[in-house]
Order: sequence, then C-alpha cells, then structure tokens
Amino acid sequence: MAKEMHKTPNLDALESGPWPSFVTGLKRLAKDKDYVVDLLGQLEHSYVTRKGYWKGGTVGVFGYGGGVIPRFTEAKDENGKPMFPAAAEFHTLRVMPPAGMHYNTDVLRKMADVWEKHGSGLIAFHGQSGDIMFQGAKTDNVQGAFDAINELGFDLGGAGPAVRTSMSCVGAARCEQSCYDEGRAHRAVINTFLDDIHRPSLPYKFKFKFSGCPNDCMNSIQRADMAVIGTWRDNIRTDETLARKWFAKHGMNELVNDVVARCPTKAIRLKEVKDLKAGDSVSTVKLSDTHGLEIENHDCVRCMHCINVMTGALAPGKDKGATVLVGGKRTLKIGDLMGTVVVPFMKLETDEDREKLVELGQKIIDFFAENALEHERTGEMIERIGLVNFLEALEIPIDANMVSAPRTNPYVRMDGWDEEVAKMKAAKQVA
Amino acid sequence: MAQAQMRRAIESGVPDNQQYLHPLLKKNYGDWRYHDRPRPGVLHHVAHGGDEVWTVRAGTQRQMDVHTVRRLCDIADQYAEGHVRFTIRSNIEFMVSSEAKVAPLIAELEKSGFPVGGTGNSVSMIAHTQGWLHCDIPGTDASGAVKALMDELIDEFRKEEMPNRVHLSTSCCEINCGGQADIAIIIQHTKPPKINHDLVANVCERPAVVARCPVAAIRPALVNGKPSLEVDEKKCICCGACYPPCPPMQINDPEHSKFAIWVGGKNSNARAKPTFMKMVAAGIPNNPPRWPEVSEIVKRILYVYKEDARPWERLSDWVDRIGWPRFFERTGLPFTKYLIDDWRGARVNLNASTHIRF
Repeated sequence: MAKEMHKTPNLDALESGPWPSFVTGLKRLAKDKDYVVDLLGQLEHSYVTRKGYWKGGTVGVFGYGGGVIPRFTEAKDENGKPMFPAAAEFHTLRVMPPAGMHYNTDVLRKMADVWEKHGSGLIAFHGQSGDIMFQGAKTDNVQGAFDAINELGFDLGGAGPAVRTSMSCVGAARCEQSCYDEGRAHRAVINTFLDDIHRPSLPYKFKFKFSGCPNDCMNSIQRADMAVIGTWRDNIRTDETLARKWFAKHGMNELVNDVVARCPTKAIRLKEVKDLKAGDSVSTVKLSDTHGLEIENHDCVRCMHCINVMTGALAPGKDKGATVLVGGKRTLKIGDLMGTVVVPFMKLETDEDREKLVELGQKIIDFFAENALEHERTGEMIERIGLVNFLEALEIPIDANMVSAPRTNPYVRMDGWDEEVAKMKAAKQVA
Repeated sequence: MAQAQMRRAIESGVPDNQQYLHPLLKKNYGDWRYHDRPRPGVLHHVAHGGDEVWTVRAGTQRQMDVHTVRRLCDIADQYAEGHVRFTIRSNIEFMVSSEAKVAPLIAELEKSGFPVGGTGNSVSMIAHTQGWLHCDIPGTDASGAVKALMDELIDEFRKEEMPNRVHLSTSCCEINCGGQADIAIIIQHTKPPKINHDLVANVCERPAVVARCPVAAIRPALVNGKPSLEVDEKKCICCGACYPPCPPMQINDPEHSKFAIWVGGKNSNARAKPTFMKMVAAGIPNNPPRWPEVSEIVKRILYVYKEDARPWERLSDWVDRIGWPRFFERTGLPFTKYLIDDWRGARVNLNASTHIRF
C-alpha cells in the first residue's frame, strides 16, 4: 500500500460487535489497494455528511447494453477535483448466479482471483435481484473483468429497462416441499430472454422469480412481474410413522392449537380414529391409536402451514406443478402490488411443459413491450387496462381462481353477457 | 488506426447449477422426504432412499472481501465437502454427509467470526440494499445499519425462540429494494426536493421527470431564464421518485430524511394470504454510524412480539389477533394521523365494521 489510510472514526465503530464486519473486510483490501483506501475515505465522508456521492453514467462491455452499474464520484473539492481520486470510478458488474445459488469452492476461488486482479476485491453474495455483485472496478478494467468472469461460465445480468436476473429457491436440490424443478424452469425461461437482459429496450424492468412451493422463499409474489410458485392438485400425502413420531413429541395441545386451529379454511380436522372417513378428496393419517387427522383437500388452499409444522408427516401431493402470478412490484409509482393469479395451475415436469412456461413469458413480455407506458411495470399496466383486457390479449381463459371475489359494483357494460355465457359453455364442452 | 480486436461475449446466461451441487443433493434431486433441525443453524434432510445430508447455516456480511470469500472456501474444503450455497438473505450454507462433521464445522465457523443460526423460528439476516457504498440515490447506508442491528440481534439469529420466523429488511430510499418484511426499516423523506435550477436543463429529460411523479406535482418552468422544473410543494409527497431521473432535484437531506419502520409484511402463503407491511413509526433520525434510535424501536417491536405472540404467529398473524390499537399500546409507539392511509385504495384499510377490541 502506497497510500496512507484516511481517518475513519465512523467506520471504525462498525468493526466492533459480533456480526461479521464489511469494514474490516474493506480495510484488509486497503492494505493492498489504494483504490479501497480512497473508497473507505469516500464512505467515511458519507457517514460524516449523511449524503451519497455516486452518480451513474455509461460504462459497459463490448456487445452488451446493460449489466454494468456505472458509478463516478461526486465527492469533489472546490476545484472540481475528486476528493478521493483513486476511487473516482467504482462500477459494479451484475452477474447471474446458478439457480438456487449453489457453488463449489473452486469456482468461488476463481471469482475471488478475478476480482482481486481486475476490481476492488469486494463481492456481494447476492444483490436484491439475485446477482452476484462484483463491486468496484475502474472503467478501463470492466471489460477485462467481464471477459474473465465470462470464461468461468458466468454471464452478466440485467439492469435498466430490461429482463432482470432471476432467483430460484434451493428447491428440488434439497427441499421436500419442492413442487417442480425450479432450477430447470429458471434456466429455461431466463436463457430465452438473454437478448432482453443484455440489451435493455423494454418500457421498464421485468422480473421473473421461481419458488418451489407456496412458502415462496424467493418472495416472488411481491417482487416479480411473473412469479412461478409451485403447488399441487391432488391430495396432501401422509406418512403415519412420521405423524405418530410428531404427535408423540408435541402432544394434543400443539396439534390442536398450532395445526388444526391455524388451517385458514378449516380443511383439516382432528378426529377419533374410528370416525376417520376415506374419500377421493380426503387425506387421513393416524397420530396415535385413538386420534387422527382428516383433510378435505377440495377445501385446502395449499397454504403450507400444516406441512411446515408437521414436515414429512404431511407433504405436498404428487400431481405437482405451478401457479403463475403476474404484476408484483414495490412502491413506485402507484403503490405496492402483489402478483395476481393468471394461470392457476400448469404442469412443469417435461421440457414441453417448460416450453409452455417460456411461451407464456414471451407472450407477456411482448404485450408489455407493446402496451406499457414508459417506466410502467407490468402490474401497473394491468391496473390501468384491467385484467380482462390483458387476459384476452394473451388468449388466456378466465378462471374464478383469478379473483378473491366477483365484482362488488354494477359499473360495467354487460350487453355481451349471453354471448359470453355461450362461449363458456362451448369451451366446457370441448374440455 | 485499426481498432483493437474485442472479445465477443459468450451469451451463456444462467449457468447450469448441476455442476455445482453437492453430490448428495445431485443424487437425491427432487427426492427428499422430510427434514428436521437438530439444533439452531442446522438442517437435517432425509431422502426417500435413506440418504441424509446436514446443512450448517452461517451469517455473513454480504459485502465480502475476497479474503473472506477464500476463508469461507477454506472452511468448506477442510470441514465440509467443498460445496456451499447462499440463501436469499445472504447466509451461507455448508452441506455435509455425516453428522460427525457438523460440530467441528460449527466450531470453525464460530471461531472465524461467522455466527451459526438463521434457521427455523429465528431472526435471520437482514435483506438489504447498497446505500452510500454504491447506490446513486441513497438516503442512508445499508451495510452499516445492518451490521449495527445484527450486532444487537445476534442472539436471536443464533436461537430459534421467536414465535415464527422473523424477516427484516432495510432500504435506503422509498423504492424499498429491501422488500416486504416482518419489520422493515426504510428512509422516509419529509421535505420536497431542493432543485438546482442551473443543472436541470442539461441533466434531466424534463417530460420523463414530470411523468414520474405519482401526484402530478412537477411541472416545467423557466427559472432564471433557463428551462427547469418546479414542484408544487403542497402536493408533493416527498417520495423521491423524481430524483433518480433528475439528480438536480435533490431529495436526500441529512437532517430531514428520516427513518420509518414498517411491520407485518409476509410473502409466504402460509395461513393468511401474503400481506403488505404497514407503517408504524416515523421521524427517526438518520444517525450513523450505529443508528441507535432505529435499533431501539426495532428491538422494542421484536421483543413485544416475542413475548406476546402465540406459536407460529408471524408478526402479521399476531397483529391480526390482538388488533392495531393494542399493537400501538404494547409497543408504546404513537399512532398519529399520518398512519391513516389516504392513497388510492385506502378505504380497504379503514375499519368498515364494529369489530373493536376493548
């Protein structure tokens, strides 16, 4: 290190305490890099003045229009010279992770080597969109860093008005609740849209996320324009050995208060063994020689609660697939929107099934590209035009699963009602 | 002069994760039967064929220097089996094929400063954003605020003593990249943007900025003979949406950009449908380097919830049972007129019933 460290009393205060400290990590990097010495200087300056000092710009790699987040310093002295010149450029490369964020140490070490050579040495696993964020490179080093990362088999993610990097849960790789192959679906969909990821030209960002069950560990319903959430159509599976084991450990109070009473649709009931009824839509399991659970699966909304509490004793069914919800996003501009159901159920077992998911994504993005206003998210577009117009344009059949309740006001022109009824009847006959 | 030959990108997209999976995860892909948690921070998964895998989860600082990455790799190579994964909340997970490897792995992680926990009904690592370290529009820092808060909550990360899991997030502006959470900490601007009229014409695409405003408070104007923008300050909701497309409309204010705290966001479909979080506290100072006022309120909410909620109640389920008046009473937070929604769709948040708890 040639350069002397700046005084950083504020940041120093973040080195104490038991949680791992990013400041300690930055100081370690600063031993070898003036770049990080000045980065710490600017960050301390932000802590003192309580202001940010980065502005965007245009930096990229050959052939791509996005994926690099340019940052140039705004911390300047009275002559307009950077106060922390070694860190005047601090660009980030967004890199798409493997589905489920699995790595081996070999590839992580290679990433570390690349970033020690070409960048600041600071990597975030992961950003809020799911990217591996290689944080801090000078403009001249961006291409070299990308080339090396690209040679490792990794590619840039999205930024700006583009299809964005996606995330999927650990899923089938290590979770008994997985209802489809999240990793394959994630890869099949995202790798179809590489042009829309690398060359931003949509009205605004578009995010896909993949969760293997309704626990939605990827938070897809509130942060994905198109959320693919695993579910099942048939009966909850039961395992008497594990159910008896659970009951022996937890007892009747927990069973009643934590499982039966918390079922949102009262689909699950505690019964004496002699009263347990079989049926096409009923799951039953004995918990002891006297008591058992009976679940009416037509009433079950697949919320996951009982399965979460009694994992293994209760499990998702075998006829698995996914529900697709569209339009989730956070505040700006019209307020928070959750995604809402567009496809209640689709199978996702074969390549053909996944191809249908890809086609749905393509149709939605094509419609979004044509019809959204500038800087309007998919959910805002649907809010503006109405769900029915969106569905009809995409030729997606309407379904009562798409609503919480039918309309509560009469303010609609309905002279097409009879035709619509006839259409529904005809469609039913074909099916 | 001939241009240097540029390397053409290989548009490989998302890499195939199969090459990175732990061998037992690959072998039992899609064939897991159940899991349990032998202790906080450890998951034990059993496959239908009988294979077992133990996962040890540890917290990280998310923004990691390469030396930290290599240290984690050393631990993975020496004490685990060379494979790791990260959770959505930046925890790292090590998978091992025998129970005997769990304790030495935990000991090494703790010795190296990586707390083991974040599983089950714990307070997991905070989902957070970039802040002053890298963002172009931050009202505060993220990594620092998270470090300060996790220092205080580390015991709850290491234990599983909460009624249900607790997810926290922080966000450095109202765009809220941190996302919905049981408890979320978000910058809330309280003053309209200060406009540098000398720069607007050169920096901002004015119609785009006008269109960005949720309340149509921005209009084009000629100021000091230059094309600029003006803000109807009575209409302005101080959201900061104009600032990203037009940095001369400075919204961040060291004094008047405050913190607000939101509770009850839930993404999971378990029990009730997913819920948005609700604002319950505001006017909290942006006070680096350790933001003690923020930590105090977060902890207050967290420990009242821990004390009062029944098993498996997420924070939103708990408030559904006890009601908002009692939430404010028990947490000692003031319920003010600013917490009554008046944005579009606000009526769904009003009490259209006589359901009142006394």
